[in-house]
Amino acid sequence: MQRDLVKQLLYDMLLARRFEEAAAEQYTQGKVAGFLHLYPGEEAVAVGSLRAAEPGDYVVSTYREHVHALMRDVPPGAVMAEMFGRATGCSGGYGGSMHLFSAEHRFLGGYAIVGETFPVAIGAGYWLAMNRSPDVVLCFFGEGAANQGTFHESLNMAALWKLPVLFICENNHYQIGTEVHRQAAVVEVYKRGCGNGVPGRRVDGMDVLAVHQAARDALEQVRGGNGPFLLECDTYRFRGHSMADGGAYRSALEVAELKARDPLLNLRNRALENGWLNEEDIEALHQKAHGVVEEAIRFAGQSPAPDDLYQGVYRRPLDLYAGRP
Amino acid sequence: MPWDEGLVNSLVYEAPDPGTGRSLGYAKAINEALDIALAHDPGVFVLGQGVDDPGAMFGTTRGLQEKYGAARVFDTPLSEEGMMGVCTGAAMNGMRPVYMHNRPDFILLAFNQLVTHASKYHYMDNGQTTVPMVVWAAIGRGWGSGAQHSQSIQGLLLGVPGLKIVMPSTPYDAKGLMLAAIADNNPVLIFEHRWLMKKDGTVPEGFYTVPLGKGIYRRRGSDITIVGASHALEVALQAANKLAADGIESEIIDLRTLKPLDEQIIAESLKKTGKILVVDTGWAMGGVCAEIGCLAAEKWFDYLKSPVRRVGLPDIPTPAGYTLEQFYYPDAEKVAGVIREMVKK
Ligand SMILES: Cc1ncc(C[n+]2csc(CCOP(=O)(O)OP(=O)(O)O)c2C)c(N)n1
Ligand SMILES: [Mg+2]
Repeated sequence: MQRDLVKQLLYDMLLARRFEEAAAEQYTQGKVAGFLHLYPGEEAVAVGSLRAAEPGDYVVSTYREHVHALMRDVPPGAVMAEMFGRATGCSGGYGGSMHLFSAEHRFLGGYAIVGETFPVAIGAGYWLAMNRSPDVVLCFFGEGAANQGTFHESLNMAALWKLPVLFICENNHYQIGTEVHRQAAVVEVYKRGCGNGVPGRRVDGMDVLAVHQAARDALEQVRGGNGPFLLECDTYRFRGHSMADGGAYRSALEVAELKARDPLLNLRNRALENGWLNEEDIEALHQKAHGVVEEAIRFAGQSPAPDDLYQGVYRRPLDLYAGRP
Repeated sequence: MPWDEGLVNSLVYEAPDPGTGRSLGYAKAINEALDIALAHDPGVFVLGQGVDDPGAMFGTTRGLQEKYGAARVFDTPLSEEGMMGVCTGAAMNGMRPVYMHNRPDFILLAFNQLVTHASKYHYMDNGQTTVPMVVWAAIGRGWGSGAQHSQSIQGLLLGVPGLKIVMPSTPYDAKGLMLAAIADNNPVLIFEHRWLMKKDGTVPEGFYTVPLGKGIYRRRGSDITIVGASHALEVALQAANKLAADGIESEIIDLRTLKPLDEQIIAESLKKTGKILVVDTGWAMGGVCAEIGCLAAEKWFDYLKSPVRRVGLPDIPTPAGYTLEQFYYPDAEKVAGVIREMVKK
């Protein structure tokens, strides 16, 4: 049981890491352009929490959302193709790296305007509550986003209406170059839920097993009709904010210290120590992840570009009143 | 018109930029303007997400915090709406905020504070307070920017009384217009373009201003008048230079300020050419193109020898990928095609 879980989580994190590093390589080669916000260092958050979720749950994310999409089983090829701007991408090549969508996977999107995602999650939660659905919404956001008014407005609505929304803060301590103490008076984001009636807790976001357990507990509570919960994951991004950011505002020492807490290494070592996995098992997971990513790149590279500029600006009207006398 | 306060007069600059000065980068020119304003007036302060980052807002704010301190040059929490109100409140009390944004898209979060508050106080309180503030942003472009990081929003703001809108296209203007905007006693928006930020140009040292509300000829010709601002002009200039080989001489007007608008320079040129093409970095529908096109029909119908034309963005969001982007943004070829059609008639 523990072995299977550990194996799954380690594989997912290896896939996430390899996928993002490959994306960076493709960016350097000009296959991906514009904005590219990568996830290395933060893998335990998306992997741990989303592996605790049910297939019917909804996810609202940010521009740093590739791994969230992967964890919802959006095919890696469709995610890579979207970054390449190809028609086979999960948003048909119209969205790009910051705007992954997959209705089929209940993945409600990557968005590029910080803080504007909270109300979207509330809307989805309202719909679920109306329909007495057993599903919930997982809303991911950075600690910088908690400074927007929409954060507090949304927490209030979620608590007031007891909506099934799990807010997951990826506190990587930086809002681009702004260290958390320079952006917020209260730096522990979960504490900012209290005033709005949203309970929360903080968990080590570099420890995937801890995140997984905390997310399971939180999801159980949210799914049980007890209203929203705010799970804060204390994490760190190893790369710059995006490919355009060198991250010169952080000392080499700081980065090195955090890299020593690498969530992949952390789980790997524990798996070996506890005899859950051996070196060969881990090597096999490595190989598998590499193969999947290689195939995703091949798929994206061979895919055609979309060719209709006007498609999708408007949806043809559906007749809401069809069938009425 | 109450807003033009006599700013728009018939004076027209023949030469684009002065011949004297050093060659300077666009971002550095803005940096100099901010430096001069901060040194000149203790009420000036510069804020925005990333102004003290090593990236320094494309370099425009580099070194300013070290020089003027963190109380006057500071990074902000991600709270655009609130921050716009903070600027307004400070401005009402005599300060002169310069609120910097990486992208105009982020200003949309603060529309209420800008459109319903800042622009209206001076009118609503019968002139008891003024709101001298500058809001700056750089329009994004390039595949991968997508629909939420590449919007040109000047068209959305054009119809708001009480605001001024500036769109420079050279380093000289970027510095001079920034200094003029800071000195202005009203809310002034400055929209730069990401692709101009690496441009070099001749920029004098020290203080000077470029008046708000005054256009300038970038190219003289008698076959057609092309009107626009910012990066749209670059494209128009390329097209015009291409067509000169075929004997088509375009006259190009850089408006520099969209509001107040230098109607005089447009009229002067249109009277001569009888043809007008309006170019803009934003959507053609309902924006700068539409407004100036309408003005031409309304005021200068007698000058017109052919229908007004506009080249802006189609009525769709920005697609993410490279291929569609080639169709989305008008290039010199497309502008040249429109000019050809117009001049033939
Ligand atoms: C409303 C808005 N303002 C500014 C930006 C520019 N921006 C993009 S990401 C970012 C930092 C966000 O930090 P955080 O919420 O902590 O998320 P992280 O990137 O660290 O995951 C900023 C300022 C934006 N996209 N949207
Ligand atoms: Mg952050």
